[in-house]
Amino acid sequence: MIYRALWRLLPGPPFVRVLILLGLVAGVLVVFDQWLFPWVAATFFDDGTGTVGGPQG
Amino acid sequence: MGRGLVAALWAFAELLITFALCALLFVGWYDFYNPWVVGVHQQATAAEQSRLLSRQIAASAAPSAPSRPAGQAMPSAPAGSPSPAPLGAAPAHAAPSNVPVMAEPGRVAAPIGVIYIPRLGDDWRRIVRETVDTERVLNSVTAGVGHYEGTAMPGGMGNFAVAAHDIGYGNSFLKLSTLRLSDKIYVQTAQGWYTYTFRNFQFVQPSAVDVINAVPAVSKTATTDRLMTLTTCYPAVFPPLERAIAYAEFEGFDTAAPAALASILAKDGS
Repeated sequence: MIYRALWRLLPGPPFVRVLILLGLVAGVLVVFDQWLFPWVAATFFDDGTGTVGGPQG
Repeated sequence: MGRGLVAALWAFAELLITFALCALLFVGWYDFYNPWVVGVHQQATAAEQSRLLSRQIAASAAPSAPSRPAGQAMPSAPAGSPSPAPLGAAPAHAAPSNVPVMAEPGRVAAPIGVIYIPRLGDDWRRIVRETVDTERVLNSVTAGVGHYEGTAMPGGMGNFAVAAHDIGYGNSFLKLSTLRLSDKIYVQTAQGWYTYTFRNFQFVQPSAVDVINAVPAVSKTATTDRLMTLTTCYPAVFPPLERAIAYAEFEGFDTAAPAALASILAKDGS
């Protein structure tokens, strides 16, 4: 439903829509790699980072 | 069922699938992609730093010692010693008394030197920086290994204690537990090359801060022992409930680069 709606929202012929989608996916991946994943790692998976006496210790 | 309910369930299902895909993506990013990217950068910046240090060593060694006496040769490891000496015991050979030891920089992320551990990989080298700050040292593409503040500096009496990740952000110490008895650990600073010899492992709770004592687990007061402690997470899953500790013993100092690193140094151009 969500993805079908997104597909309908995009302009142009299917070929152009696929190109736009690829661009969107690439943009999402960059945002994930640069900001979201580092934040998730630091917030939920801070395991003391190899140190003794760290956050868990 | 009404149409609206079906549509809502579909949308919810798609959201769940999207979330699952993002979670999978995160695992792949954390375990494979990001360690690889960060590791490549850490290796490259370490090679660069090593070239700089080599030039500094050459510059400071040249005027002060026009004809360096042969007495600088490294004392050989205690060959044929039956078992690793217990912690706190005197080393089997006398440590040289004229080892130059740099002052602790004391600033977060200040550079200390470059560590080479051939057992961790033919290309393995990392910059070691002051403090074990997560963001600025352990996760940094220009470091990877952190020096516990207040512990000894390379070659110093006491315990030169460092930490690094096992999994994540460069996988610096992922293979730490593959070290074997008498493996070499080389630390390059602006003064020269310090060689340590791996001696034994210990697996401890994350709270076991006494492993970085001057005499690990025994005393915070330094003796004439020159030791090194390397800490990392163990096992390599989340959450890692233990820490793997590797202990090494100082073997010698030289302004000349160790012969064992000849190929990697030649490749790096230092």
